[in-house]
Amino acid sequence: MVRWIRRNLVVLAGLLTLAYLVLPNVIVMVFSFNKPAGRFNYTWREFSTDAWRDPCGVADLCGSLTLSLQIAAWATLGATVLGTMIAFALVRYRFRARGAVNSLIFLPMSMPEVVMAASLLTLFLNMGAELGFWTVLIAHIMFCLSFVVVAVKARVMSMDPRLEEAARDLYAGPAQTFLRVTLPIAAPGIAAGALLAFALSFDDFIITNFNAGSTVTFPMFVWGSAQRGTPVQINVIGTAMFVIAVLVVVAGQVAAGRRKRDTVR
Amino acid sequence: MTATLTAAEKTAAEPVVRTTATRKRLVPYWLLLPGVLWLLVFFALPMVYQASTSVQTGSLERGFEVTWHFSTYWEALADYWPQFVRSLLYAGTATVLCLILGYPLAYLIAFKAGRWRNLLLVLVIAPFFTSFLIRTLAWKTILADGGAVVGALDALRVLDVTTALGWTQGDRLLATPLAVVCGLTYNFLPFMILPLYTSLERIDGRLHEAAKDLYASPATTFRKVTFPLSMPGVVSGTLLTFIPASGDYVNAELLGSTDTKMVGNVIQSQFLRVLDYPTAAALSFILMAIVLIMVTVYIRRAGTEDLV
Repeated sequence: MVRWIRRNLVVLAGLLTLAYLVLPNVIVMVFSFNKPAGRFNYTWREFSTDAWRDPCGVADLCGSLTLSLQIAAWATLGATVLGTMIAFALVRYRFRARGAVNSLIFLPMSMPEVVMAASLLTLFLNMGAELGFWTVLIAHIMFCLSFVVVAVKARVMSMDPRLEEAARDLYAGPAQTFLRVTLPIAAPGIAAGALLAFALSFDDFIITNFNAGSTVTFPMFVWGSAQRGTPVQINVIGTAMFVIAVLVVVAGQVAAGRRKRDTVR
Repeated sequence: MTATLTAAEKTAAEPVVRTTATRKRLVPYWLLLPGVLWLLVFFALPMVYQASTSVQTGSLERGFEVTWHFSTYWEALADYWPQFVRSLLYAGTATVLCLILGYPLAYLIAFKAGRWRNLLLVLVIAPFFTSFLIRTLAWKTILADGGAVVGALDALRVLDVTTALGWTQGDRLLATPLAVVCGLTYNFLPFMILPLYTSLERIDGRLHEAAKDLYASPATTFRKVTFPLSMPGVVSGTLLTFIPASGDYVNAELLGSTDTKMVGNVIQSQFLRVLDYPTAAALSFILMAIVLIMVTVYIRRAGTEDLV
C-alpha cells in the first residue's frame, strides 16, 4: 500500500489539485438547486428547482447578462480584427520600431489589471467622457488585443511560407492567395484568439468596475449581489454557462477528431 | 504588346511601379496603425494622465491642478505600506502555492494521462466558463463557519497552528488571511498549470529514457532533466500568477476582512468611493513600478542563471 502510494504520488497529488480546481464548480452547481432561508445562498436548506424554472426571476439579472454578451461579442470582433492585423505585420514584415511595438503589446499583459483600470479612468475623467457601454467596450478591446496578437502570431509563425509561394506560382492573385490559402491556415490561431478575447471580456470585473459608471454587466451584478444578497439564479446562470461551454469544447474535439480521420483516409 | 507602347506610355508606367513599391513598403504600417493607435490612446496615454493626476492637488469641488506635489507619494506610502506589504506577501504565497499544487497536475497531464489528457485539460480550463466571481463566492460556502472544512481542520488541530501563526483567527477560516490566499491560489491556478503543461509537453520522452539508461534515479532525472527543461513554463506561470494576484481586490473583499485589505482594495476605494484621485493615482503608480521592477529582475535572473 505504502509502496503503491509512493509510486503514484504524482498522480495522486495531481488529482488532488484537480479536485481543488473543480470543487467550487460543483458547489455552484449543487447550490443552484437550493432554496435558501435568507437573502444569501451560502448554506444548504432544501432541494428545489424554482430557480431553474425561472432564471430571469430576479430584477436586472438577465438584462446584465445580455449586456455582457453584447459587450463581449463587440470586444471580440474589435480585438480580433485589430490583433490579427498586428500579428501579420509583426511576423510577415520587417519595419522600424518593431521592438517598440512588441513592448506595447507585452506591457498590458504584464501590468496588474487595477493599474490599467485606474489609469484609463483618469483619462476618461479628464476627457469628460460619459462612463457606460462605450467606455467599457473601449477598455475591453484594449486589454483583449494583446492576447489575440499572441495567439495569432504563434500560428502565423509556424506557417510554411512555401504554401503561399505555391499559390502564387499557380497564378493566384494576392487577394486570392490571402483568402484561399493564408486565412484558412491562420484560422485556428484567429479562432483561439477570438475565444480567449470573448472569455476575458465576458468575465472581466476589475476594469469594468472602474469604467462602467452606472452600467451593470453580469460580473458587476454578481459583485453587487455579494453585498445585497445572492439570488439562486446566479448559480443557475453560472452552471448553464459551464455546461454550454463544456459541450461546445467536446463537440469541437469530436469534430476535429472526425476531420483528422477523414484526411488520413 | 510592348511594341505598341508609345514613349509617353513608357515613361508613365515607371512612376506607377514606384508607387506600388512604396505602397508595399507601407503595408506593415497600415496593418499596425489601428491596433497600435488603440493601445497608444487607451493604454499608454492613460499612464501619462495618471502620472499627472498623481502630482495634482485640489478637491472635487474646486477641481484638481498640477502642482508637482510629489509628497503625495510619501504620504500614500506612509499611510498604506501595510497594504503594499500584504499584497506582495499574499500574491507571493499564492504564486508559490500555485507552483507546488500546479506542477504535479501539469506533469500528470503531460506524461501520465494517456487518453485522458484532453479530458483533464478541459477540466482545468472549464472553471473559467463559470464567472470567477460566482466561483469565489462558492468558497464562502466551502470555508463557512462550522462547515465541514473548518470542522476537519479543527479536529486535526491545524487551526491551532494556523492561528498561532496569525493566518486564521480562533475557529474561523472566513475573513482571515488564509482564506484570501486560498482564494487567490484557486483563482490563478489555471494560469500556472497551462504554461507548465505547454513546456512539459514539449520535452522529448527520449531524454527521460537516456537519463534512466545512465542510471539516474527518478528524483535525479526530475532534478537534472525535467525541471530545468520546464523552466520557461515555470517563469511564465509564476508571472501570469503573481502579476494579477498582486493587484487583485476581489478575493480580499469577498473572503477577507478589514485586516486583510490589499493595495488593490485601497486603490479601488480611493478612486470610486473616497474620490481622492491624486492618492489613488500615486498608489497605482507605485504598484506598477514595484511589479515592473520585480518582473524585470526576475526575468533577468531566471533567464541567465537557471536556464543554463
